[in-house]
Amino acid sequence: MKSFTYERANSPADAAAAAARHADAKFIAGGTNLLDLMKLEIETPAHLIDVNGLALDKIESMPDGGLKIGALVRNTDLAADKRVRRDYGVLSRALLAGASGQLRNMATTAGNLLQRTRCPYFYDTNQPCNKRRPGSGCAAIGGFNRQHAVVGASEACIATHPSDMAVAMRTLDAVVETVRPDGATRTIPIAEFHHLPGNTPHVETALSQGELITAVTLPKPIGGTHIYRKVRDRASYAFALVSVAAIVQRDGTGRVALGGVAHKPWRIESADAQLPRGAKAVAAQLFAGAKPTRQNAFKLSLAERTLGAVLTEAKG
Amino acid sequence: MKFETPATSNPIDQLKVIGKPADRVDGPLKTTGRAPYAYERHDVVSNPAYGYIVGSAIAKGRIGGIDSAAAKAAPGVRAIVTADNAGKLGKGERNAAKLLGGPEIEHYHQAIALVVADTFEQARAAAELLRVDYVKADGAAFDLAAVKDTGQPKPLFGGPADTARGDFSGAFAAAPVRFDATYTTPDQAHAMMEPHASIAVWNGDKLTLWTSNQMIDWGVGDVAKTLGIPKENVRLVSSFIGGGFGGKLFLRSDALLAALGARAVGRPVKVALQRPLMFNNTTHRPATIQRIRIGADRDGRITAIGHEEWCGNLPGGRPEGAVSQTRLLYAGANRMTATRLAALDLAEGNAMRAPGEASGMMALEIAIDEMAEKLGIDPIEFRIRNDTQIDPERPDRPFSQRQLTECFRTGAERFGWSKRDPQPGRARDGRWKIGIGTAAAFRNNLLVKSAARVRLDGNGMVTVETDMTDIGTGSYTIIAQTAAEMMGVPLEKVVVRLGDSSFPVSSGSGGQFGGNNSTAGVYAACVKLREAIAQKVGFNSAEAEFADGEVRAGNRRVPLAQAAADGALTAEDGIEYGDLDKKYQQSTFGAHFVEVGVDVATAEIRVRRMLAVCAAGRILNPKTARSQIIGAMTMGVGAALMEEMVVDKRAGFFVNHDLAGYEVPVHADIPHQDMIFLDETDPISSPMKAKGVAELGICGVAAAVANAVYNATGVRVRDYPITLDKLLEQMPDVG
Ligand SMILES: Cc1cc2nc3c(=O)[nH]c(=O)nc-3n(C[C@H](O)[C@H](O)[C@H](O)COP(=O)(O)OP(=O)(O)OC[C@H]3O[C@@H](n4cnc5c(N)ncnc54)[C@H](O)[C@@H]3O)c2cc1C
Ligand code: SF4
Repeated sequence: MKSFTYERANSPADAAAAAARHADAKFIAGGTNLLDLMKLEIETPAHLIDVNGLALDKIESMPDGGLKIGALVRNTDLAADKRVRRDYGVLSRALLAGASGQLRNMATTAGNLLQRTRCPYFYDTNQPCNKRRPGSGCAAIGGFNRQHAVVGASEACIATHPSDMAVAMRTLDAVVETVRPDGATRTIPIAEFHHLPGNTPHVETALSQGELITAVTLPKPIGGTHIYRKVRDRASYAFALVSVAAIVQRDGTGRVALGGVAHKPWRIESADAQLPRGAKAVAAQLFAGAKPTRQNAFKLSLAERTLGAVLTEAKG
Repeated sequence: MKFETPATSNPIDQLKVIGKPADRVDGPLKTTGRAPYAYERHDVVSNPAYGYIVGSAIAKGRIGGIDSAAAKAAPGVRAIVTADNAGKLGKGERNAAKLLGGPEIEHYHQAIALVVADTFEQARAAAELLRVDYVKADGAAFDLAAVKDTGQPKPLFGGPADTARGDFSGAFAAAPVRFDATYTTPDQAHAMMEPHASIAVWNGDKLTLWTSNQMIDWGVGDVAKTLGIPKENVRLVSSFIGGGFGGKLFLRSDALLAALGARAVGRPVKVALQRPLMFNNTTHRPATIQRIRIGADRDGRITAIGHEEWCGNLPGGRPEGAVSQTRLLYAGANRMTATRLAALDLAEGNAMRAPGEASGMMALEIAIDEMAEKLGIDPIEFRIRNDTQIDPERPDRPFSQRQLTECFRTGAERFGWSKRDPQPGRARDGRWKIGIGTAAAFRNNLLVKSAARVRLDGNGMVTVETDMTDIGTGSYTIIAQTAAEMMGVPLEKVVVRLGDSSFPVSSGSGGQFGGNNSTAGVYAACVKLREAIAQKVGFNSAEAEFADGEVRAGNRRVPLAQAAADGALTAEDGIEYGDLDKKYQQSTFGAHFVEVGVDVATAEIRVRRMLAVCAAGRILNPKTARSQIIGAMTMGVGAALMEEMVVDKRAGFFVNHDLAGYEVPVHADIPHQDMIFLDETDPISSPMKAKGVAELGICGVAAAVANAVYNATGVRVRDYPITLDKLLEQMPDVG
């Protein structure tokens, strides 16, 4: 870990201003991802701005019937919120499928969206990794890549985004609210929030340097059956090989997003339209451009089969 | 005490304390966080400096140079120890590679430097500033399958590499039913909770190491040998050990580098091996390729059985020993085993819980299941039909005790084996395909000499001292029970002190030999103490009885405290063995039963319930022994379903080198475990009439899981771990 300076911010404007003062600053929320990465010198911020005092830890009902989730709401609290459980069950289930009780108690909404990949080569600083050290190469290509992306990847990086929460939020059409160092605010639809790796796998989101997430809003509930199915080698405390977040209506229409298959939560609106035709049709759209490796080709059939099981379950 | 003839009746047979499910005597210390583990000996060492280990970034080659200027200048840094400045170092008798590498590099993450600083954070930060220039070597070997045929015969634990009896090839060729398949097991990590950790203090030329080590005397010897100092100048203390599983049998880099660091800075130094280094820096259970051939007549009697193992290791390393059990487990007149070891440039492969049998049973017990199916015989019936009471390779040696058949019959009854559908792929429970599988458990009982010192003081307290270790197994407790039984005192009157090289040399903890041998050593010392006490109070020691805190003879009785009123009485002795283990084969047996569910859509495999029935001599404490068995069963589930260190065959290292990447079972993976010990005493094993249990519990579990998965799905997986991707293709279509 490199030594760093530290300050506590008291308001979002404060935090944004602090970020403007330090080019090499990072926000720290629960710290469950950032600190691990700092210990290994994968992240090396010179300055930490602690955002835990920002009073962004409320979940508010919105006049349009939606929900505004403060950036610092803990994963545990979000999963347990009555409104979330009633109207956005897919989100509650996704959260509870992630990490462990202790981690969820610390992990925040913003931190979860911004957690970094679990590619083992990303974690080993002796190895080439374009995401960690741009231009150094990708050790996962041609190496151990059973966990890696099957779709939307590039020659530069085949990592996946590990979040469960984000996959559920993608089906809910969540919107990320931010404030920039100059005080300007904006909203970013979740579909545009995470990037595909392309030639710049180190650029993972639409956020600019020093831009602070203040909240995530959910549009008003759309009803339907909410399912989150996470497939993994062990029964708990493991990242998804494949996960499926689905909201299915009585008439068989709905939305579906997949985790564990791409550099971002994987949803294609035209694939949603295939839901009434069944899993095969949906998977065909979702994986039209898939380029799996020998080790992870199984994810294609796994995804389709899991989707099938989810649709069967939705029919009840 | 020399143990040369089978035990007759002795005070242990009273079973007033021995055989009772006593709580762990060290339980309260552990549950309240007061058990002093090596890294936390704040009571004995204040103001230590901290060491941080730097591991090699390449697998094979050499270091061209190290630029340490920036690291040296970093805040708090006191020293940077490398092979260049560490002075002349030898190599431990039990280490394949050097513990401090350089200039030659033998494997990935081999330690090449220790950065010592005032705080841990300073040492870690400075370690990142070292600039190391590497020159990679050509021609390194990282792929076992690619080099297996270059393997050479290599002896197993002192036994021959190859064994044969009768005419295997002829009998196999002639057998009416033949089976021939190849299995693979991957590299596995011990993944114990407590990392390798040590604090070193020099006092003149004398070194004390508080460390985490299973085998104190081996450790002392290899510290001395590596540093080139006399053994007398080395003291090792391991009072508590947070798991070992064989990973802490030997001197490792934490202890050596703490000693070198402390010498360099003239101050105590503490070092904990960082978790991401543990997988490539230390030892592991090496991968195997195993071919098994079985021939039988149509009645299911084995006429030929052959087991070959291919394995790899660093020069000086040993093979896994996966064929060991096949020499002993089933009858059959014509047999062969062979072991081939090739050179590999991965970290050293060495002992992990039940080395040899654990890997061997993973393959053999699937093969037996497959053969039974081929014969159309129930797999339990097939095993029973080929049970033997004599060593099948050396028929003049009977087993001392062997209740394999009883284990299967008891387990079948208890688990509901008769409800298993022998036709795979049919049983269903909602979205789960259900399967039941079984496998034998088998592990040898090893005899190792072991000594102890016992003291009776004027308060009537009995203190036992031996360098035996408690790696979470319950040694403190069963040793206390042994002394309490022998001296006729309640458990509260016994103090047990372990893990210090200033105590008499014990068996140590490994190879499931610790429980039986270390208590037998304590037994021997207690026999001597009883004689001393009898003599002191003027009783004929043959008549003296020890009970209720008194020594009695005829109608005379003297409280023990009184016997030691004018000075403590001390006795020291140990157990040594004659040739009973040559005349008899001593092994432990069991039967595992597992029910799994396999998700019909995703092929996720989840264990639903497990049972082990074990016959392993006298059970000294059913509570701690049960813990050993269910812990081992859990580890077996890991081996079956998830544990694999994945080799990057280009760069030569285990890629998933942390606990996020190397998955072991969590609570949710282990829903219900049951276990039964059959009544058994084995007078041939020791005066305790006990045998090992801790490794028996893992042997065969993975195969039982594999067989259950087959029963559930009809898909046979012969390459561990059995993950869903290996089943998926052959699972039925879902709508
Ligand atoms: C062992 C383990 C297992 C796990 N398993 C799972 C799992 O199964 N599924 C899953 O989804 N996740 C899992 N996680 C990841 C976990 O969900 C994340 O670590 C957590 O959500 C991160 O939140 P945090 O608040 O601790 O973020 P931090 O670590 O504090 O921050 C993460 C990143 O977000 C940035 N950041 C934080 N807040 C803001 C803000 N308001 N605005 C802008 N940037 C911000 C930080 O600068 C940093 O870059 C696991 C983690 C661990 C350690
Ligand atoms: S997949 Fe991405 S994160 Fe992994 S090594 Fe390649 S570039 Fe790095």
